[in-house]
Amino acid sequence: MPRVVFDPERCKGCGLCLAFCPTRAVGMDEGLNRMGYHPAVLLDEAACTSCAACAWVCPDLAVEVYVPVKAGERRAGVG
Amino acid sequence: MRQIFAGTDGLTQSTTIYCPGCTHGITHRLVGEVLEELGVTGRTVGVASVGCSVLAYEYFNCDMQEAAHGRAPAVATGIRRVLPEAVVFTYQGDGDLASIGMGETIHAAARGERITVIFINNANYGMTGGQLAPTTLLGQVTTTTPGGRSAATAGYPIRVCELLATLDGPAYVARTSTHNVAELHRTKKAIRAAFQAQLEGAGFSMVEILSTCPTNWGMDPVRAMEFVAKEMTATYPLGEFVNWRRGN
Repeated sequence: MPRVVFDPERCKGCGLCLAFCPTRAVGMDEGLNRMGYHPAVLLDEAACTSCAACAWVCPDLAVEVYVPVKAGERRAGVG
Repeated sequence: MRQIFAGTDGLTQSTTIYCPGCTHGITHRLVGEVLEELGVTGRTVGVASVGCSVLAYEYFNCDMQEAAHGRAPAVATGIRRVLPEAVVFTYQGDGDLASIGMGETIHAAARGERITVIFINNANYGMTGGQLAPTTLLGQVTTTTPGGRSAATAGYPIRVCELLATLDGPAYVARTSTHNVAELHRTKKAIRAAFQAQLEGAGFSMVEILSTCPTNWGMDPVRAMEFVAKEMTATYPLGEFVNWRRGN
């Protein structure tokens, strides 16, 4: 599962996530969503560090961020 | 995988009418998160204003009241006094708060009204097409100042935080920005402090948030954030102007 999940139907394609991603892991989809925008996509799963910069600058609450659960760590919800 | 960033219960599931890249949506999230983290969403009443954020009542997941243009602090005053247990905030742009609503703003602050004002300063009238606002920068091009704002004909920008800081009523007055992740963290901290001032009954609180208007500024969203960082902060310095905890 990727560390960042973009909701293609909430995204307005503003590109702030792409601009603020420190590892250049984000790009814009060539396809259009229902609103007519090119939504953000995670292009490089390996480069993503779950820093959540994309989520912090997203004006449309279109981003969910995850971190891998370490061995022995209890599986928790949002924290 | 463990989720570390998700939506907030402080906002509804609605998508917003804001333009792509407009920072209104970010600020909505920060306010929603603070309400949720303080555990007050259920007893909060927000007052929406007139401007791009006129539909804010669709987005905040608390009771909401729409106010006439500029009158949000007066409406919030009434709600706060009738419902003393309620947490009351207004969400206003610069045209609403600093122009037609300047009287309500100053008097609510002077009375030390226990409300929280979230003040979005994007240096123009956004909803009506980017006209000169009281907060427009000198030299800034708007649809009504096509040659750039001239002090000789259009006067000078109003610094609302500095103005209110001369009064004895405010408990917390701060100016923050939305132009990068670090500033967004500071903005959330300031919003939290403003609500805490209200919860402690300390007095009036306001956070002025420097925001972008990519559409009316004619800039892409990233360039608009650079404009805030370089141009807006030069006219509107960031920082806390009143903080009841520090005794000023």
